[in-house]
Amino acid sequence: MSVNTAEIEQPALKRKDFVSDQVIRWCPGCGDYSILAQVQKTFPELGHRKEQIVFISGIGCASRFPYYMNTYGFHTIHGRATTVATGVKLANPDLSVWVVTGDGDSLSIGANHLVHLLRRNLDINILLVNNRIYGLTKGQYSPTSEPGKKTKSTPFGSVDRPLNPPAFALGSAGTFIARSLDVEGKHLQKMLAAAYQHKGTSFLEIYQNCLIFNDNAFVDLSEKPHKLEHQLLLEDGQPMLFGEGHNKGIRMDGHRPVVVDLEQDGYSVDDIVVHDKSDKMLALMLSELTYMADFPTPLGIIYQEQQDTYEDLVHRQIEAAVQQLGKGDLQALLHEGHTWIVD
Amino acid sequence: MSETKKGSKKNVETLEQVTIRFAGDSGDGMQLTGHQFTDTTALVGNDLATLPDFPAEIRAPAGSLAGVSSFQIQFSSREIQTPGDHPDVLVAMNPAALKVHLSDLRSNGTIIVNAANFNKRNLQLAGWDSNPLEDGQTLVDYKLIDVDMTRLVGEALSDMGLPPKIIARSTNMFALGLLYWMYSRPMDTTIKFIETKFKSRPEIVEANKRALQAGFNFGYTTEEISTSYVVLKAKKPAGTYRNIMGNQALAMGLVAAANLNGLRLFFSGYPITPASDILHILSGYKHFRVLTFQAEDEIAAVTSAIGAAYAGALAVTATSGPGMALKSEAMGLAISAELPLVAINVQRGGPSTGMPTKTEQSDLFQAMYGRNGESPIVVLAAATPADCFNTAYEACRIAIEHMIPVILLSDGYLGSGSEPWLLPDIDALPPIKNHKVTDSNGEFYPFDFIDQEAMARGWAVPGTPALEHRIGGLEKDSRTGNVSGDYDNHQQMVDRRAQKVAVVARNIPLATIHGDDSSELLVLGWGSTYGAIRAAVDSARKQGYSVSQLHLRHLNPFPSNLGELLLRFPKIIVPEINTGQLTRIIRAEFLVDANVLSKVSGKPFFPSEIEERIIQILGEK
Repeated sequence: MSVNTAEIEQPALKRKDFVSDQVIRWCPGCGDYSILAQVQKTFPELGHRKEQIVFISGIGCASRFPYYMNTYGFHTIHGRATTVATGVKLANPDLSVWVVTGDGDSLSIGANHLVHLLRRNLDINILLVNNRIYGLTKGQYSPTSEPGKKTKSTPFGSVDRPLNPPAFALGSAGTFIARSLDVEGKHLQKMLAAAYQHKGTSFLEIYQNCLIFNDNAFVDLSEKPHKLEHQLLLEDGQPMLFGEGHNKGIRMDGHRPVVVDLEQDGYSVDDIVVHDKSDKMLALMLSELTYMADFPTPLGIIYQEQQDTYEDLVHRQIEAAVQQLGKGDLQALLHEGHTWIVD
Repeated sequence: MSETKKGSKKNVETLEQVTIRFAGDSGDGMQLTGHQFTDTTALVGNDLATLPDFPAEIRAPAGSLAGVSSFQIQFSSREIQTPGDHPDVLVAMNPAALKVHLSDLRSNGTIIVNAANFNKRNLQLAGWDSNPLEDGQTLVDYKLIDVDMTRLVGEALSDMGLPPKIIARSTNMFALGLLYWMYSRPMDTTIKFIETKFKSRPEIVEANKRALQAGFNFGYTTEEISTSYVVLKAKKPAGTYRNIMGNQALAMGLVAAANLNGLRLFFSGYPITPASDILHILSGYKHFRVLTFQAEDEIAAVTSAIGAAYAGALAVTATSGPGMALKSEAMGLAISAELPLVAINVQRGGPSTGMPTKTEQSDLFQAMYGRNGESPIVVLAAATPADCFNTAYEACRIAIEHMIPVILLSDGYLGSGSEPWLLPDIDALPPIKNHKVTDSNGEFYPFDFIDQEAMARGWAVPGTPALEHRIGGLEKDSRTGNVSGDYDNHQQMVDRRAQKVAVVARNIPLATIHGDDSSELLVLGWGSTYGAIRAAVDSARKQGYSVSQLHLRHLNPFPSNLGELLLRFPKIIVPEINTGQLTRIIRAEFLVDANVLSKVSGKPFFPSEIEERIIQILGEK
């Protein structure tokens, strides 16, 4: 974890310090409640001063998030949370900047900006709340909706091919790519803390259930007992095991992943691929599991690498220019080049 | 006045003013030639104005009409306002340049051509049926100086063993040298420029210097030219001057606003003609701690600026019309969030992609009305290249003092045109008071006015303890900033946003009239038409016409005395490089019979076009 000037001695904050006075207007039972709760539970533990935290969002259900956090917050326009956040972070790199966005907000209208935030690698944390539907506009298919999906705008079923969020982030040179689930509170808290600690752009996809327009989209992942069959909980340095009592795992057959049953197929744990979050090839494979039938869904840190952050490079370059050229002198600037005097 | 130069049989005449147009293929270096002539002319002490004009393509097919690039300069021993109407001298490096520009030349004007380029293929490409240099008809009304520059440069460089391409590329320096001789200008500025620019390639330095000298010598020796000219120093107010282009002046104005007022300048842009230079220039000012951001698109440019404004920076974005269209939703966010922001539109020909390198004033309505909802905004326009400095500073001042977004309109003509600039006394620039809040004093309401008169809310930037709050683009409660769907509150906020713009009128200078305070005709203008209007009005007044000029920098809100001033004039015309946008606003706002003088060809007004209309309205004397 980097040492931040904001992490100096201060009275310990509690969950309620992060709760704003606003009435929450999400539908009863919405997965966003859980996500908000995990954020508010996690933040006191991060030890960051409250006034140094900024939540920035675009448009959509999840984008109401900043109003419910008692930090600085900016609810912007559709798709542009990432760019507003870029301006905030560049202007004041000491701030802990969080973007809360949805699959429509950042993978459709704002997809371009998401690419560029990821490749620039500003130290900004993106919470991409993916419910695979447009909720606030009352139920149209989104860029992550599955093919054939029947919605208000696709009464005969969607013919769009869905976008794969972690693969998108990898393709955009993302340096931290993780996934969690709204109802897995502990796991989500862990991922939020890891995103915070990552110096660079953190891309955390959070599967979220929209019980009005896309109920049970992630039911396989969220309900016992079958969730164990569908959750591949990634741990760096650990074999990719899943299932009841970790009876299953992912084995690499050449470059192809295969699900094996340790009790029936004659394989041992040693045959199971070990997760290495710094391995981009492995990360690509894990991303591809997103829509592959018969495979579990990876949750956890899929990929992480350390790179310089954009704001560090920008400010370093500025300071180097001041060192090299001396502090800018306005009078000299106006007089640069050819001047002449009229008496 | 005529005399004989020492050691030469040639006459020397003194002229009051001269207009020269350099024209050639895009690859002929006409912009560089024009800029060199301009720099030298500025140092000679003439007043001057320039108009570069080049195609949107980097290299249109060589020799084609589409590929012609030109640079016009007017210089004078008295004060001038424009780059001139009809050139006295046309330098045409090829048949296409002659074809495109001949009709603009004044009768009896001088044409200087590189005869080597008037070959069959080039004549064909330019659409000449016969060779105009030889047909004995086309150029009879002009004084033709046809020089085989390519051969003469080749001879001057013959011992250097350079490829023909390099020789051809040095012919622009020959033309420049010839004009330096004709107009009695020193060559040292250009020699220094060549030595610096091609430092790493000594053979190019040598080639260009020799070509320049060869052109100068040709003027001295040739019998084709019998007279050289002197244009004396212009009488101008005392002080230090430099030559400046509008985009340069804009960039400096922004730096001054940040630098003198303790703010960090955050500038974001996306490459677009003719505004990119502002990004280029500011990105070189890192030692002023200017933070420049080349965004992935126009929307990211404006929204990142909004983020920077929220975080406490002096945030500015610059673009041209198409980019401004993309920014409009975000401009609404800045209005709704009441954040200081300056958005610069260096206008160009439209609609759509339009004419990227040509000038137009057709985005005034876009600036005033081009957003959803009731979204009034402050609009300013710069009048001359040097005035871009003051207007940029003024835009920042209003944005910061009123916590409000401001649109600054410039245009292609101002952006790349240049004029001598009397350098300002930076200590005399008005201090800009910001509204940063550091203390809640108990309760803090983000949308309470901290400055009632300016209707400015507090600038409580993230990082300030105890002032955590939320803002956004949803309608908000007029005190807390919390989301509000209350009908009365919305009415109040709509009124508030209109009032916020209106009260800016208290914080700007009154409009002033040039000429008589009341006369038969007022020529009302805004933006880059300033020079042409001023020249036309002054000329008409000299002839005894009762005409005055009023030029607006502040377009929204208008200066508070504007209505009263307009009513003094029975007739009002508004020259605009659009079909009458300010005209319609003025008519609607003040119920006066203002009439447009419209020109939307991609070129600025000639003073003569305005003067003709003045005379037409007031009757021949």
